[in-house]
Amino acid sequence: MILLAANTSSIGSEVWMAVVTCFAAIFTQNILLSYFLGMCSFISVSREVKTAVGLGAAVVFVMTATTILNWMAYWWVLVPLNLEFYKYILFIIIIAAFVQLIEMIIDRYSPALYQNLGIFLPLITVNCAILGAVLWMVIREYSLIVTVGFGFGSGVGWMMAIVAMAGIRQRIDESKIPAGLRGPGITLIIAGIMALAFVGFTGVLQ
Amino acid sequence: MNGQTATKTTNQIILDGLWRDNPIFRQILGICSTLAVTNNVTNTAVMCISLSLVTALSCATVSAMKEWTPKTVRMMVQVLIIAFYVIIVDILLRAYWPDMSRNLGPYVGLIITNCIVMGRCEAFAQSNRPWPSFLDGLFSGLGYSVILMVIAAIREVMGMGTLAGYPLPYFSTQWDKWVIMVMPPGAFFVLACLLWLCRSIGIKGKKS
Repeated sequence: MILLAANTSSIGSEVWMAVVTCFAAIFTQNILLSYFLGMCSFISVSREVKTAVGLGAAVVFVMTATTILNWMAYWWVLVPLNLEFYKYILFIIIIAAFVQLIEMIIDRYSPALYQNLGIFLPLITVNCAILGAVLWMVIREYSLIVTVGFGFGSGVGWMMAIVAMAGIRQRIDESKIPAGLRGPGITLIIAGIMALAFVGFTGVLQ
Repeated sequence: MNGQTATKTTNQIILDGLWRDNPIFRQILGICSTLAVTNNVTNTAVMCISLSLVTALSCATVSAMKEWTPKTVRMMVQVLIIAFYVIIVDILLRAYWPDMSRNLGPYVGLIITNCIVMGRCEAFAQSNRPWPSFLDGLFSGLGYSVILMVIAAIREVMGMGTLAGYPLPYFSTQWDKWVIMVMPPGAFFVLACLLWLCRSIGIKGKKS
């Protein structure tokens, strides 16, 4: 299939690259389990599957949108102006503004969705996974199409990890765990085992 | 809380930052941006120094500017102050130590979203004078650094048999290298075990 994509137009191969990058971001280079991004909310908001799904969905959406927006801001504005060192400030402002905007839109048009997702949106502004994905996208110099795949894949990967973690934590809720290990300790051990499972995907993509 | 922190002495601030309120054990904050570079002691040291300096300087600045900052936009102002120092660190690293800058990748920039920096600005610097805030930031950062350095040392010695790049006598020859230690899962396991150890000591201390 890779050969087939190479023979078609460059757009086709770009799209194929995007698909591969998306897959890689979910499995082999999971943003949480191999880059440790978004750990704070991963540990504190993974007690219940329902809230984990809500936060995860919000992250998928915000991450896809902000990586695209920041790609445009970086390559179309900062690079031509030689102002790359302002990138941190610009990225943070774009992410915060975008989250604020989405919150207002959802609040106005879909109160039901706001009930479910609204409380998670402010949390996302300070989620390092979002800024991390944006910075990776800049460092690896992805094209716009690949960035779409990367942003979406990273979000889905993060969501998958936190939902799985919440499911496991609900199951072990009643188990007897040594006092010192309760809470964050056992969460980290589970995360380690999950990361171990994800290491197994390494050979899948080259 | 505010009344107590206002009268804290320097010694208390130092002790709180390093042990009693240690950001990692007590609050599990800010492991995101730094855990990723703990597979190598040198990288971790650079990252920890950057983080401590950024925290200290941002806390001092936030504290110095608190009278002129409107309450409603203070989060935004804090983020901008932090970003300002992170940019300085990033540019310095890139100019004088390009290899290290490449090794650390996006993680230097991620200091901005590290919860410790923001947490200390919000919890301490908002209600204290610049100098105590500077100390509080510095020692919270150092308290965090100590643990990350321990994690990095364990991972590097067991995973590669070296310490800061220098081969150790026993570990680089006879020791069967645990490759898992330098891979991401190793960081989770080592941190979890350290957390377990320190929390158990804390629980015992409270009982007696």
